[in-house]
Amino acid sequence: MKDFEVKKNKRELVISKIKEGTVIDHISAGKALLVLKILGIDERTRETISLAMNVPSKKMGKKDIVKVENKFINEEELNKIALIAPNATINLIKDYEIVKKFKVKLPEVVEGIILCPNKTCISNAKREPIKSRFYISVKDGEVAAKCHYCGKVLKNIAEHLL
Amino acid sequence: MRHLISIEDLSRDEIVKILNLAEKFEDVARGSRTLKILEGKILANLFFEPSTRTRMSFEVAMKRLGGDVINMTAQEASSIAKGENLADTIKVVSKYCDAIVIRHPLVGAARFAAEHSEVPVINAGDGAGQHPTQTLLDLYTIRKECGRIDVKIAILGDLKYSRTVHSLIKALAMFDADMYLISPPQLSLPEELYDEISERAKVVKLEDVLEELDVIYVTRIQKERFPDEEEYRKVAGSYKITVETLKRTKSNLIILHPLPKVDEIDLAVDKTKHAKYFDQAFYGVPVRMAILVEVMKSERF
Ligand SMILES: [Zn+2]
Repeated sequence: MKDFEVKKNKRELVISKIKEGTVIDHISAGKALLVLKILGIDERTRETISLAMNVPSKKMGKKDIVKVENKFINEEELNKIALIAPNATINLIKDYEIVKKFKVKLPEVVEGIILCPNKTCISNAKREPIKSRFYISVKDGEVAAKCHYCGKVLKNIAEHLL
Repeated sequence: MRHLISIEDLSRDEIVKILNLAEKFEDVARGSRTLKILEGKILANLFFEPSTRTRMSFEVAMKRLGGDVINMTAQEASSIAKGENLADTIKVVSKYCDAIVIRHPLVGAARFAAEHSEVPVINAGDGAGQHPTQTLLDLYTIRKECGRIDVKIAILGDLKYSRTVHSLIKALAMFDADMYLISPPQLSLPEELYDEISERAKVVKLEDVLEELDVIYVTRIQKERFPDEEEYRKVAGSYKITVETLKRTKSNLIILHPLPKVDEIDLAVDKTKHAKYFDQAFYGVPVRMAILVEVMKSERF
C-alpha cells in the first residue's frame, strides 16, 4: 500500500511524518546519499532533511526514503533522480496530506551533474565557462548518458556524478 | 547549415549538396577559372595544434574564392591559451571574421567554440574527436574516382584510435557502402562503433577480399600504440600495401590515404594508376571551398 498509509497505521514509523515538503520514496536501496547529491542537498541547505536506508519494501525488498521539509522541489529537478533510482516516487505533502504523487521520469538532457570520464574532453577544461551536458537514453534496459561534447557513452552513471 | 562540427550533424542530402557544389568548384580550385564569390569575406584559421596541410588547404580554398585569411599559429595559440580561455578567444576572433576554422587538442572543443562564436565554426579536428572536412573530401574522392559511393571498400590500419576512420565509417554506412575492416587485433574498431554499422561491415583479412575491392583506404599505424619497436615493426610490416598486393585486385581499384603516410604504402605503389592519395589531397580544396560557401551562405553564383 501507499507509504503514507503505512505510516498512518503507525505500523512502522521509520522517520517521522512531515507537515509540509517533499518525500522521495522507492529509492533503490543504498542510493539515498546519491539522491541528495543529485539534488545538491548538503550541509549548507536550510531545510531539514531526514533519510532512511534499507527500509523493508514489498515491491523492492529494500528501499531508501528521503524527506525534505518545507520545500516543494520542482519536477525537473526531481526527474534527475531517475538517473540513479528509476523507480523513485515523489509525494508532495501539505498539512500531513499527500497533495501530489508521481513517478520520476528520465530527463532527456542533464546539465552539470555528470562528470565526463574522458580526460581530453573539453567539458573537463578548467578555465572554460562550460557545464557538462549529457543526453539520456535507455539501452538494453540500462540508463545510458552520452556526452554532448565528446560523444562518450556512460552506463554506470552513479559512478560519474559531479 | 551554420557550423560544421561533426559529419553526423549532416544528412545524406546535405552531404550530397556539398559534394555537388565541390564538383562545380574543381576548375576554380585548379586555377583555370576565376570565381570571387567570397570577396570581402575573412576566414580565421585557429590552429591550437599544428596541421600545416589542413591549414593550407583551407587557406587556398578561401583565397581561390576571392576571400582573405587570418592565421593564428599553434605557437601563438599556446601563448594565448596561457592568458585567456578558449571561449574568450572565440568571442573576440569571431568579431574579426566571417567564419572560423578551428583545430584543437581537446575533444568537443569545436562544438564548444561554436557555442561562443558569432560566426560559423568549421571543425578541422578536435583531438581524438571529429574531422568532418576530411570525411567529406574522402567521400568526394570515392565518388569522383569510382562514380559512386556505395563501393566495396577495405579500411586498413588503426581502426581503434583514428578519428578519420571513425567519421568515414559512419558516413560510408549512410551511403550503403560495403566495408571490410582490416586491422591488427589491438587496433580494431571500438565495439560501440561497430554495433552502429555492423550491417554494413565485416572484419576480414585483406587477402580474402582483394579481388572484390573498389577502394583500399589505408591509415597510419602509430608506433606509440605498441609496447616496443619490434612488435610495431612486425605488425606494421604485415599491413603494408606493395605492388605485390595489387596483382590480384581489380584493374580500377583505387588506394586512398588521409596523409601524411610513413611506410604503410610502398613507394613503388605511388607510381601506379591505383594511387589516388595525392588527388585526394587536392580534392580537399574544392570540398573546403564548398563548405566555406555553404557556411557563409554567400549568394549563389
Ligand atoms: Zn565528454
